[in-house]
Amino acid sequence: MSATLEDILAQGLEELVRATDLNQLDQVRVQYLGKKGLFTQQMKELGTLEPEQRRAVGQVINQAKDQFQAQLDSHKERLEAAALAARLASERVDVSLPGRGQAAAGLHPVTTTLRRIAKIFTSVGFTVVEGPEIEDDYHNFEALNIPAHHPARAMHDTFYIDLHTVLRTHTSPVQIRVMESKTPPLKVIAPGRVYRCDSDITHTPMFHQVEGFLVDTDVSFADLKGVVYQFLRAFFEKDIQVRFRPSYFPFTEPSAEVDIECVMCNGAGCRVCSQTGWLEVMGCGMIHPAVFKSVNIDSERYSGFAFGMGVERLAMLRYGINDLRLFFENDLKFLEQFN
Amino acid sequence: MQISEAWLREYVNPAISTQELVAQLTMAGLEVDSVTPAAAVFSGVVIGEVLAMVQHPDADRLRVCQVEVGTGEPLQIVCGASNVRVGLKIPAALCGAVLPGDFKIKKSKLRGVESFGMLCSEKELGLAADAHGLMELSADAPVGVDIREFLALDDQLIEVDLTPNRADCLSVEGIAREVAVLNRMDWSALPMAVLAVTEADALTVAVEATDACPRYLGRLITGVNVKAETPLWMQERLRRSGVRSLGPVVDVTNYVLLELGQPLHAFDADKLESGITVRWAREGEDLALLNGQTITLDGEALVIADAKQPLALAGVMGGSASAVSDSTQNVFLECAFFTPYSIAGKARRFGLHTDSSHRFERGVDATLQDRAIARATQLIVDIAGGSVGGITEVTTAATLPQRPAILVRRQRIEKILGMVPDDAVVLDIFQRLGMVVLAEADGWQVTPPGFRFDIAIEADLIEEIARIYGYNQLPSSSLLMRADLGKATESVLDISRAADVLVDRGYQEAITYSFVDEDIQKAVAPDDDVIRLKNPISSELAIMRTTLWCGLLKAALYNTNRQQSRVRLFETGLRFVKSGGVTHQQRRLAGLALGSALPEQWGETTRKLDFFDIKADVEALFALTGRTVRFAAATHAALHPGQCAQVLSLTGDVVGWLGMLHPTLEKQLGFDTPVFLFDFDQALLLDKQVAAFKPLSKFPSVRRDLALIVEEEVTADAVSLCIQACGEPMLQNVVIFDIYRGKGVAEGSKSVALSLHLQNDLQTLTDAEIDAIVSRILARLTNQIHAKLRD
Repeated sequence: MSATLEDILAQGLEELVRATDLNQLDQVRVQYLGKKGLFTQQMKELGTLEPEQRRAVGQVINQAKDQFQAQLDSHKERLEAAALAARLASERVDVSLPGRGQAAAGLHPVTTTLRRIAKIFTSVGFTVVEGPEIEDDYHNFEALNIPAHHPARAMHDTFYIDLHTVLRTHTSPVQIRVMESKTPPLKVIAPGRVYRCDSDITHTPMFHQVEGFLVDTDVSFADLKGVVYQFLRAFFEKDIQVRFRPSYFPFTEPSAEVDIECVMCNGAGCRVCSQTGWLEVMGCGMIHPAVFKSVNIDSERYSGFAFGMGVERLAMLRYGINDLRLFFENDLKFLEQFN
Repeated sequence: MQISEAWLREYVNPAISTQELVAQLTMAGLEVDSVTPAAAVFSGVVIGEVLAMVQHPDADRLRVCQVEVGTGEPLQIVCGASNVRVGLKIPAALCGAVLPGDFKIKKSKLRGVESFGMLCSEKELGLAADAHGLMELSADAPVGVDIREFLALDDQLIEVDLTPNRADCLSVEGIAREVAVLNRMDWSALPMAVLAVTEADALTVAVEATDACPRYLGRLITGVNVKAETPLWMQERLRRSGVRSLGPVVDVTNYVLLELGQPLHAFDADKLESGITVRWAREGEDLALLNGQTITLDGEALVIADAKQPLALAGVMGGSASAVSDSTQNVFLECAFFTPYSIAGKARRFGLHTDSSHRFERGVDATLQDRAIARATQLIVDIAGGSVGGITEVTTAATLPQRPAILVRRQRIEKILGMVPDDAVVLDIFQRLGMVVLAEADGWQVTPPGFRFDIAIEADLIEEIARIYGYNQLPSSSLLMRADLGKATESVLDISRAADVLVDRGYQEAITYSFVDEDIQKAVAPDDDVIRLKNPISSELAIMRTTLWCGLLKAALYNTNRQQSRVRLFETGLRFVKSGGVTHQQRRLAGLALGSALPEQWGETTRKLDFFDIKADVEALFALTGRTVRFAAATHAALHPGQCAQVLSLTGDVVGWLGMLHPTLEKQLGFDTPVFLFDFDQALLLDKQVAAFKPLSKFPSVRRDLALIVEEEVTADAVSLCIQACGEPMLQNVVIFDIYRGKGVAEGSKSVALSLHLQNDLQTLTDAEIDAIVSRILARLTNQIHAKLRD
């Protein structure tokens, strides 16, 4: 190796090490290996040599160049690692700080409850139908076998618009509207707002019900029981005890009230269930022949069941809400608990 | 209906506890609401007799009594009651007694005189809310006997919440019948009293309204002592049923009503002008009722009248003029059957509700009147004496309820219940219920007893089978159903999807009342024709909302008044408007936002939200359906005239509104920050464009930016529409990316910077083509909206 080459190599290696960042290193690379670089210069000078010398000298230059290149690569690796480490360190954030932007809100617990109920029933082919809330006397009462002055009307505390027009007191009129316009088989749930002229700690003048009914050629009370059991267990996600009690609704016969084992005390007896261990959650029964008659469905051929439940009541039991009135105050502190 | 358990058990006494009895009733459809003790807890009180009494030496009001309490050694007890007297039998609390409220009786000194106990009033024993003096016991009360035992106070009051169909159980006998059925016990009604007729006089009875009154029984009882004391046992039973004692005659009618379920009425016979007529009232007739109310009658009211005037609102309440009073000597006792139809609604019309109307409008056993009048007569005579007249009866057989046999088919039972019990079980159930049963090839002919007037059709009897068999013993099955596949409608967006988008964008769902305060309604939508409730809960909930904003604004205020500075709410539901006399119920989706654009957070400067924040939320909704809508400046009574947009569909339908609450309303309603509102018709909002595929272009798209100077009045929409109206097929999209006013732009003008996105599906666009398109567009812009290219 010529003295010059030796000097170049030594000088180059020294400069390499002095480079403290990738920019400087690249300058060193250009200075030695670039088109006008010192090693390149050496190679160009080969042309001035005798051909027999060229090979040997060329080899020596290449060796020096390789040595330089190897050092360059390894130093580059070191600098890259350091640079990455520096970047990582500088880009460190406090991951515990909250994210930015709009925060999602939530649905009203009544809507969430309605959606769950609908999901359970639509999964087996029930369709969801809604009806008017200002309803005529015929659909709200007469067609449901509740003629004028029937004592059952007294249980309804009706809001009147005029003599023949009311705010629907239940979602059952949807049953009539569907049966008037469609022929069996029918599998329908009808959710919505209902109104009763009553306001105190346990009553709000507006609340929500879900009416459901199924009409076909062979529908029995046994089917009703099966559906109600399955629904309540699905809704509460628990194998709760369910019992049926004889009751009375003008539009069903036989009629039943459905009680579940109190979800607050697991049936032991508490304030919520008035120490009985049971909670009334829905009314149901086999559709009354008079109702079928009013919609021209042959009750000899068809039978059907219907049920109705209070949505706020179910939501209260599900989420442990202790005051019905909270549902309609729309206090964000209440609503946000269900997001 | 509240009844005494002891009274019930006198009729039928199954070997089960109170708890079991109550559970049995509830599970048979007679829901028990509550069970409460007949008397408060107390002990150590016995029947005493005042043997001697002297004035207390140092107190005017007090007397020193010697009271025999059955030990043979009279006790000295000091007493302040005004009715204390020698020979009186009273409850005496002995030393060591504990009265209600944990009040312990000890030997004491009253003004220096020793007292070994206390003589008690009904109030002190917790039997009445108040009392005047000592509780007076009958002369034959056995001295020394514990008062709880004597009055049978260890009793429970059972409150049964009866459904309207089970009026047959509105009596002790009725519930006893049911208990007997449930416990398979024998049951027999009280034997009918047979009384000798000792009064020859009788009143004539004429029934004009035979449809309404198929049966009327009346009788005179003369020489009645209305001052006679109602026996304690009867007073106690009345008390335990929640009925006050009002003298022997009225007490007896009330007692028989509770015992048998038959309402009766007693008239003062001397106040009647000749005979009785049952008729429809004449228009304008007045009747002064027992409760002090005077009502004016019309042809829909059934009355009992004499020759002169109406005496009673039939089956509801008697009149004051003919009422039994302290001076009554002769009584005319009425025991009738009025049809439910004739009584239903009549009491309510006059704001009345009585034990009698409650029963008649639900139904009374039409075969019960003979027995009830005999029972009442016997009790009146036993208590108050008198001579009994013969019964005047007017029965119109044709209008009495007809009770034909009902066919119950085995196959029908199975269809409805999903099973049919063995014939023997069915037969047994019917017979226990007192039905007359005839077996037939495919079922049974069943005639219900008179008291089961609720049973009219086959389904009623199937329910009876289910009820007695036990609802919880009936089978339960999984649905086997015919089913068509469901639908997956794509042309209508589900409202829940729109709700979810709003939730994701920070809107909390609210549910507000459909009836609102008229003030808010008028302020927000003054021109809407509203629907009014006839009987609102309050003036704040009196009219049906014509816009969901009423409720949302109120809910927002509720929250801002509770330190919430940022409120975002939405609601879905109906609005109610009248137009042309027709009521329209339209589904809407409405929202409200106030406060900062984003929740307070680090790294972003807090900024109040503005029109375009809300517009972005609204656009996100419309993006769900793929429908293009236009936002046109418009005016709305509730909104800021400069920040109000009507949202229009491409066919020109008004989909809804968006804007800032008018500052005047903002102040009037009590907000201290701008409020933004939107409201859309669901039918139009949710109308979805089903996607239709277009092939993707393989050629590059080109963007050309233009900066246009237009007059201030020219809207962004006008610029876009003008460009689109060129109908350039290569123009894919126009995006406005800047609006500039100020230096370099003349006053009254603005610079609109926009980009044109051009693409040809078949080949790469050449510069010449692009330039040609852009200049055609520019020409139109210049022409139509006087736009100039900015230098």
